[in-house]
Amino acid sequence: MSVIVYTENWDGLFKKQTFEIATYASKLAEMLNTDSIAISIGNVAEEELGKLGNHGIKQIISVTDDKLKHFDGQLYTKVIADIAVKESAEVLVLANNNCGKALAPRLSVRLQAAIASAVHELPESVNPFKIKKRVFSGNAVSLNELKTKTKILTLAQNSIDIEEMPEAAAIETYTPDLGDLVSAIEVQETEKQTGKVLLTDAEIVVSGGRGMKSPDNWAPLLELAELLDGATACSRPVSDEGWRPHEEHTGQTGKIVAPNVYFAIGISGATQHLAGVSSSKYIIAINNDKDAPIFEAAQYGIVGDAAKILPQLVEAVKELKSS
Amino acid sequence: MNILVCISHVPDTTTKVKFSENNTKLDTAGIQWVINPWDELSLTRALELKDDAASGVKKVSVAHVGLANTEPTIRKALAIGADDAYRVNAEAFDAHQVAAELAEVIKAGSFDIILCGIESSDYNGSNVGGMLAEFLGYPSVSGISHLGIEQEKVVITREIDGGKQQLTLPVPFVGIVQKGIAKEPRIAAMRGIMQARTKPIHVSEPKAADAQTSVLNFEPPEPRADCKFIDPENPKELITLLQNEAKVI
Ligand SMILES: Cc1cc2nc3c(=O)[nH]c(=O)nc-3n(C[C@H](O)[C@H](O)[C@H](O)COP(=O)(O)OP(=O)(O)OC[C@H]3O[C@@H](n4cnc5c(N)ncnc54)[C@H](O)[C@@H]3O)c2cc1C
Repeated sequence: MSVIVYTENWDGLFKKQTFEIATYASKLAEMLNTDSIAISIGNVAEEELGKLGNHGIKQIISVTDDKLKHFDGQLYTKVIADIAVKESAEVLVLANNNCGKALAPRLSVRLQAAIASAVHELPESVNPFKIKKRVFSGNAVSLNELKTKTKILTLAQNSIDIEEMPEAAAIETYTPDLGDLVSAIEVQETEKQTGKVLLTDAEIVVSGGRGMKSPDNWAPLLELAELLDGATACSRPVSDEGWRPHEEHTGQTGKIVAPNVYFAIGISGATQHLAGVSSSKYIIAINNDKDAPIFEAAQYGIVGDAAKILPQLVEAVKELKSS
Repeated sequence: MNILVCISHVPDTTTKVKFSENNTKLDTAGIQWVINPWDELSLTRALELKDDAASGVKKVSVAHVGLANTEPTIRKALAIGADDAYRVNAEAFDAHQVAAELAEVIKAGSFDIILCGIESSDYNGSNVGGMLAEFLGYPSVSGISHLGIEQEKVVITREIDGGKQQLTLPVPFVGIVQKGIAKEPRIAAMRGIMQARTKPIHVSEPKAADAQTSVLNFEPPEPRADCKFIDPENPKELITLLQNEAKVI
C-alpha cells in the first residue's frame, strides 16, 4: 500500500504547490498507516528531487524518457498508472492545476478509482473514505464518499500549509513501458510569459474592475502589485473591453485563484466573479458603493473612490518598505 | 468531419443554491436550468467551424445524460444550431457515470471531434472530458482556448501554466475547452427555435454504469468574518492592518 503523489516540474524546478501536495500526501499516508511516494517525470536534478523528502516523502520515482518531453495526457497516464499498480497505491494525489486536471480523470478510468477534485482539506475519515469539496462555485461544500478501492484526489492550490517532516527519501529511476505508444500531439510552438509573477502562483493579487473607469487609470494598481510582489487580475468586463489582457480575467469563466490576499478594486462582487476568488484567505474591497456585494465577501474594506485611494496605498507600501 | 458537443444541464449561475431532505439533496424548486456556460461556448465554436465550408465540418451534434425533464436544455442547444441530439435516459450521480454513458453514444456513432467544457458550474469537477477520452482510448487536450481545422487536422492553442502552446493533432480526439474558445455564446434566433422542434433527439437507455462516489450531505461554506471598514480619509491604516493584524504583507 502507498499514497502516490505526482509532482510536476517547471524547467526542472518544483513550486510551492508541489510542496503543498507532498505535505498533503504524507499526512494522508499517516492516516492510512502507509508511506508516501512521489513520481517525477522529466529532468529534475537530484538535489531538487531531494527537497520532497523535507515534506515526508519516503521514496521518489524519477522517470525520464524522450517520448515524455511534452505533456501528453495519454502517455503520462500510462506511466503513472503503471507505477500506481506496482506500488499498490491506495490514493493518488495531484495538484488541481492544468496538468492535474487533465490526468486525474484519465487515471480514474484506467485505475477504476473514484475521484474528488479540488479538495481543500484531508479526508474526514479514510474507512469509509469521506472527504469535503467545494461545489456550486464556492456557494456550498459537499461531503462525498469515494467507494472504490483506489482513490484519486486533486488538491486546490494554497489550501493547506506546507509542513517540514524530514525523511531521507530514496531516489529510484524507473524506465517506463510505453510499448509502441507515441504522442498524437505535435507541439508547434510554446510561448512562456517571463519575468512576471504568475497569477495562479501569486500570494498577493491586485485586481481591478469596471470601477477603475478607464484603462488609463491602471498605473497605480500595477505599481501596488509590483511593490507587493503580486500579480494583477481583473473582472470579466474589463478583459472583454480589452482594458486588460484575457489572461488576467478571474472568476467562474476565467481563472480560479486562491491567494493569501485578493484586492478587489472597483469590482462589484457578482457571484460569477466571486466563484473564482472566494477561496482567497483575505479579500480586500475598495468600492465607492457601501452596499456592493463584494463587502459581504471581504474582511477589510474601504468605501471610497479607487482613484483617490490607490495612490495612498502605494505610498503606504513604499513607506513600509523603506522603514 | 462531425463534431459532438457534450452538454451539461446546470442551475443558472446566479442561483442561490438551497438544499432539502436534511441537506442531502439540491432543492430544485425555482431553479432556472441552463446549458453549462462552457458547453455553450464549445457549441458556439463548433457551429462557427461548420459555417466555414473550408473546415470540412458537416454536422454538429450534442449529447447529454439526463432524464426527460432535461429536454428543454437539449432543445435550446438545437435552437442555437446543433443538427441533432443524443440523450441517455439516466439520472447520473457522478462524472464517471456520465462519461461511461457518453462513451457508449460515441462508440455507436461516427464523431471526429468531441468537445467538453473544462468544468460544470454545479459540481465543479472538470472530469467528464478526460474520463471520456480514456474510455475511448482517444488522445485528449485540455485547456483549449482556440480550435481550428486545417487539412483534416485540428489546430489548437492550449493554455499551460504561465503560457500557451500551439499544437496540431489528428482526429478523433477529445477536446476540453476553456475561456477564449468563442467570444460570446451564440443565441437562438426565432427561426432556430422553430426548427428545433422538429430536429431529432435520439434517446437511448443507459448501460447501467455505477456511480463511484456519492454525496452524503451539503453545507454552506464557512462564514467569513465581518468586513472591517477602514476610514477612507486614512487608507494607509489598511496597509498597517495587513501587516500587523492579518500578517500577510
Ligand atoms: C455565465 C456568466 C459568467 C460570468 N463569468 C464571470 C467571470 O468569470 N468573472 C467576472 O468577473 N465576471 C463574470 N461574469 C460577469 C458578472 O456577472 C459581472 O457582470 C462582472 O463581474 C462585473 O464586473 P465589475 O465588478 O468589474 O463591474 P460592475 O459590476 O459594473 O461593478 C463596478 C463596481 O465598481 C464600483 N465603482 C464605480 N466607480 C468607482 C470608483 N470611482 N471607485 C471605486 N469603485 C467604483 C461600483 O460601485 C461597482 O460596484 C459572468 C456573467 C455570466 C452571465
